[in-house]
Amino acid sequence: MDLRLLLQLAVIGFTFFMLINASALLVLAERKVMGFMQQRYGPYLVGPHGALQPLADILKLLFKEELRPKGADKWLFTLAPILSVTAAFAAFATVPWGAETTFFGLLDEPIKLGVADVNVGLLVIFAITSMGVYGIVLAGWSSNSKYSLFGGLRASAQMISYELSYATSLAAVVMLAGSLSVREIVDSQAGLWFGFIPRWLIFLQPVGFLVYAIAGVAETNRAPFDFPEAEQELVAGYNTEYSSVRFALFPQAEYINMATMSAVASDLYLGGWHFPGVPVWLGWAVFLAKVGAFLFFYIWMRWTLPRYRYDQLMGFGWKFLLPLSVVNLIATAGVWLYFNA
Amino acid sequence: MPETLVFYLFSGLAIVASALVIGQRNPMYSVLLLVLSFAAIAGLFLQLDAPFLALALMIVYAGAIMVLFLFVVMLLNAPQEDALTWDRAHPLRHPVVTRFGTLLAVVLSVELAYALMRGNDLAQPVGSRAGGELVSSVRELGRVLFTDYMFAFEATSILILVAMVGAVILARREREPS
Amino acid sequence: MVPLSYYLIVSAILFSLGAAGVFLRRNLITILLSIEIMLNAVNLTFVAFGRFAGDVDGQIIPFFVMTVAAAEAAVGLALIIALFRHRESLNPDTFTNLKW
Repeated sequence: MDLRLLLQLAVIGFTFFMLINASALLVLAERKVMGFMQQRYGPYLVGPHGALQPLADILKLLFKEELRPKGADKWLFTLAPILSVTAAFAAFATVPWGAETTFFGLLDEPIKLGVADVNVGLLVIFAITSMGVYGIVLAGWSSNSKYSLFGGLRASAQMISYELSYATSLAAVVMLAGSLSVREIVDSQAGLWFGFIPRWLIFLQPVGFLVYAIAGVAETNRAPFDFPEAEQELVAGYNTEYSSVRFALFPQAEYINMATMSAVASDLYLGGWHFPGVPVWLGWAVFLAKVGAFLFFYIWMRWTLPRYRYDQLMGFGWKFLLPLSVVNLIATAGVWLYFNA
Repeated sequence: MPETLVFYLFSGLAIVASALVIGQRNPMYSVLLLVLSFAAIAGLFLQLDAPFLALALMIVYAGAIMVLFLFVVMLLNAPQEDALTWDRAHPLRHPVVTRFGTLLAVVLSVELAYALMRGNDLAQPVGSRAGGELVSSVRELGRVLFTDYMFAFEATSILILVAMVGAVILARREREPS
Repeated sequence: MVPLSYYLIVSAILFSLGAAGVFLRRNLITILLSIEIMLNAVNLTFVAFGRFAGDVDGQIIPFFVMTVAAAEAAVGLALIIALFRHRESLNPDTFTNLKW
């Protein structure tokens, strides 16, 4: 087979493999970080410092009994977690995680590190993320139970409301970078201003970054916006009736969505794999560090902030965040025209 | 050759999914099958060098409008059509007169297909007359949208505002005068 | 290479499927879904002709069709909810008060 094709397939397989590892590591990281914040050790029995805990969790879930309530819709009950997880993995398809590489001179022309580089890549991420709503809605409805239905309806209403602010903050980024391709947006953030400030978009768009971060947290049903799966109020929300493998797919989809949001935030606002002083071929390590920092921020928020009530959540999304992101877009457009007219 | 294969795959999926949409009793299944049909049509758009439109279709139609349909189906707990009306409505169980009508419809579509295949102008491959660079450029799309079609753009935004206000008012519960 | 007529035939089949749905189904939501199928078939025709002629207008018009379809679906569903609250039924044959 052609070497280039082989290496490209290897990069794609590696990305998929790293995503699965990411969800496992996040399970562990969340519990350890939560533990340390609450002044206790997290899991520490299984493996050194609890490193094999995710493996133990997965094995336990695999051996549980596969239940399906009698009134549950036969096809949709199984389809819902599959949809969630598929959308979560597919959304990472156009996220680049490194610069081009020739694999130490093995290839004549470099290949790009990332699954695909499409010239409308940002829209692909957004489109597939909005497909993730279906998994939750169908899970809530097909379980044929009132807690699930409430959780599913609330989660989907929340997700489509915060998608608007998400998209508007993305529009401001596209305006500044001049392209819809995520790789080009990252490359427009290379270099320095005044010799020491990196050209990251977070310095040009602080409000936009805040809006994006908040909307991203609300999109993944995490941290202060996780009312739909509120463990204290709704039993377990839309995944009440799920067990074993079907259940395991839901948190996995959630963690992969978190990883995708963090990766997109690092790419769009934090300069991706560019860092002053670090050579471009080490960019993937820089990217990993930024995504890790963002994920730590996610976990930190979850175990520090109290939960929004559902009507507060919806009011905040529609009445504050959406107008703020629209004002951000208009202000960005005005300033850009002033300097570039 | 792979192009034709991809075309057959996407168009076959779209037609089968749409046929199942109108053939399902459960409205929840109909909505989900329609989402599948939209995904197939988005694939056809991609093949026609319209990536922005394909993604806009997925975002707007499959991501928002169909979720709205799902909400309404769940909110109303939409009942399945009962068996009697379903049997009466099924095309193959109609009395002879309407079976004849169905036959006529099939003959019409076959004739239409034949006429379309024979026209010399239309038989050219899609990409033969012009290259795809202009058509697939989002920049060009935006430029034409905001210059030539400016009025339609503004009118559509007012239309959406009116529809939003109208939907909120129509779906409101009537308040009893207190 | 796929001839233009193939795309037009697919679009015609989709349109007739949508029209059949509007005529045959006795459920208001499914009727709205069939209207959406018809609108999409028209979008496909526009995009196919636009690509054939090398014109961007073939993509702009479906853009507007999608927007109008969104507005129409929103208002249509609100109407269905209001109707359901009155008659507890989604069968269009129950709303025959104006027939003599």
